[in-house]
Amino acid sequence: MAVVEPRARPAAGPPPPAAARGVRRELITPEGVDLDVQLADASERAGAFLIDFSIMAVAMILLTILIAAAATATRSKTGGSVMMVVLLLIWFLLRNFYFVAFELTPRAATPGKRILGLRVAARDGGRLTADAIFVRNAMRELEVYLPASFLFARGSGVDAWIILMGIGWCAVFVFLPLFNRDKLRAGDIVAGTWVLKAPRRKLAPDMAVKAHVAARDIVFSQRELDAYGVKELQVLEEVLRRYEPRTLAAVAERIRAKIGRQPDPRFSDGAFLDAYYVALRGRLEHRLLFGRRRRDKFDAP
Amino acid sequence: MEELRLKSYRFRAEREADWRALEAVLAKAEGRGAAALSDDQLLAAPVLYRSALSSLSVARATSLDQGLIDYLENLCARAYFFVYGTRSTLLERIGRFFARDWPAAVQGLWRETLVSFGLTLTGAVAAYVLVIRDPDWFAAFVSPDLAQERGPGASTAALRATLFGKRGDASELSTFATYLFTHNASVALFAFALGFALCLPTALLLTATGCMLGAFVALFVTHGLGVEAGGWMMIHGVTEISAIILAGAAGFRIGTATAFPGDRTRLQSATAAGRQAGVVMAGVLVMLLCAGALEGIGRQTIQSTPIRYAVAGATALVWLTYLYLPRARSQADGRR
Repeated sequence: MAVVEPRARPAAGPPPPAAARGVRRELITPEGVDLDVQLADASERAGAFLIDFSIMAVAMILLTILIAAAATATRSKTGGSVMMVVLLLIWFLLRNFYFVAFELTPRAATPGKRILGLRVAARDGGRLTADAIFVRNAMRELEVYLPASFLFARGSGVDAWIILMGIGWCAVFVFLPLFNRDKLRAGDIVAGTWVLKAPRRKLAPDMAVKAHVAARDIVFSQRELDAYGVKELQVLEEVLRRYEPRTLAAVAERIRAKIGRQPDPRFSDGAFLDAYYVALRGRLEHRLLFGRRRRDKFDAP
Repeated sequence: MEELRLKSYRFRAEREADWRALEAVLAKAEGRGAAALSDDQLLAAPVLYRSALSSLSVARATSLDQGLIDYLENLCARAYFFVYGTRSTLLERIGRFFARDWPAAVQGLWRETLVSFGLTLTGAVAAYVLVIRDPDWFAAFVSPDLAQERGPGASTAALRATLFGKRGDASELSTFATYLFTHNASVALFAFALGFALCLPTALLLTATGCMLGAFVALFVTHGLGVEAGGWMMIHGVTEISAIILAGAAGFRIGTATAFPGDRTRLQSATAAGRQAGVVMAGVLVMLLCAGALEGIGRQTIQSTPIRYAVAGATALVWLTYLYLPRARSQADGRR
């Protein structure tokens, strides 16, 4: 599979769009297209883990109450110990297989990751195997359960010092994702996986469709359209998507000043910006077809 | 209404239906798996994926509608994970795992397995010698909640009762057996995960587990119950302790690969070791389940020491031949 060693986007390439957030990595499909995937932030991953952990904790507490109630209802010693066996097994399964079971589904994500729009993927762009999922979650023993057991340990004197050093030692593994380029935790390193942003994105309406009605009445000269590049166009797109009156007024004022136009009382600021957006996009896309991408207003027209 | 003359708009209008169709297929597949798709959808998926990819390339080159490019990137990534996702069915995967992958991975770890076994044995022998000389050492090796009523102070009759459970207190025993199973499975996972911390903690854990074993045996030997205790422990212990030793070996492999990556980068080396160790660990889990079954069913129903030894010997033979018997080369290649 044609996959290139992940690396940061080179500075010379097309600049990230105005709305781009997070760290991007190259992922080349066998068809030769770079999918330009986004790594999940450490904060998002911590959030996803907290959600999952809360779900596990609530499930354990509820099951324990339920089984305890059932055990008391049977009123026999055998019933009680059978319930205890069931409870121990459920605890074991929940602790060790909650993450594995959910990550084996087609979404490759636990409920916490789903809520935050994340998924697990193989780092080499290949298939995400069951072995990899098992390994990355077996490592939680070191990253979660061991530090937790140190945190809840009690001791005094030498014991306290040992516990303190244990916590310091575990911190190395807990905070590992913060100290490497691809935000890999120990489990990811060993299993060859990483966690990506994979939200389900809706197709946003094309801003030009709504705007082109206004575009007929306002005509811009070529010199006026040469004031800006792609970056500014995308900022304008964001502004139009939000459509907040105060921002519109401020942006319209800036553009008028830049291209040297007087405010026209016949058109609102919104209509003016709509028209300018369609005209600017038309102009820049036209230039694009001739192989000229004007990155921003500092780029030569 | 005047026709919009932007080329990027016409491009989008022409292809939007395909993207929507792909989105519908993906929503269905991500929700309920590929099995939920109809034949038509299944056949259409790769075609739609490639057309979306080509749309993305065109859009990047010609369109300045950022909303559209973001959407297409997202859609293509989702489709990519679906189209190039896991293809083999679970049944095939499991079949290959038992036929080839697991024994091969275990054989590949023979050096680590020997070290792991040696450490456990050393711990067991050391603890045995110490407890035989002075029973007070017992408390140093075995935690009280694991020992329960077994302790240096217990009478011979009480100890004998723990080995041969009577029908009446079988339920008590099964609770304890479940506790032991979950405890030992955790020890195995732990031994594996600790390997990442450059092997030393795994070595400590294996030695400690060995110590615990040695102390238990020594305790029963001092009361003249050595042979019976051996049967009680070995019937499932052969499987369970082998599982822990293999888990420790998998941990060692990851630790050494991380510490001494050789020609490769540390990351590549750790990932390669992780892949092999992962297969071994999946196998360890199977062994632990077998051990749990032997412990829960076999030990409670089989009360005779010779039969217990026979079962222990049989399991040892089965595991050794299954994991280490050389496989026919052609078969292994054919399955690849």
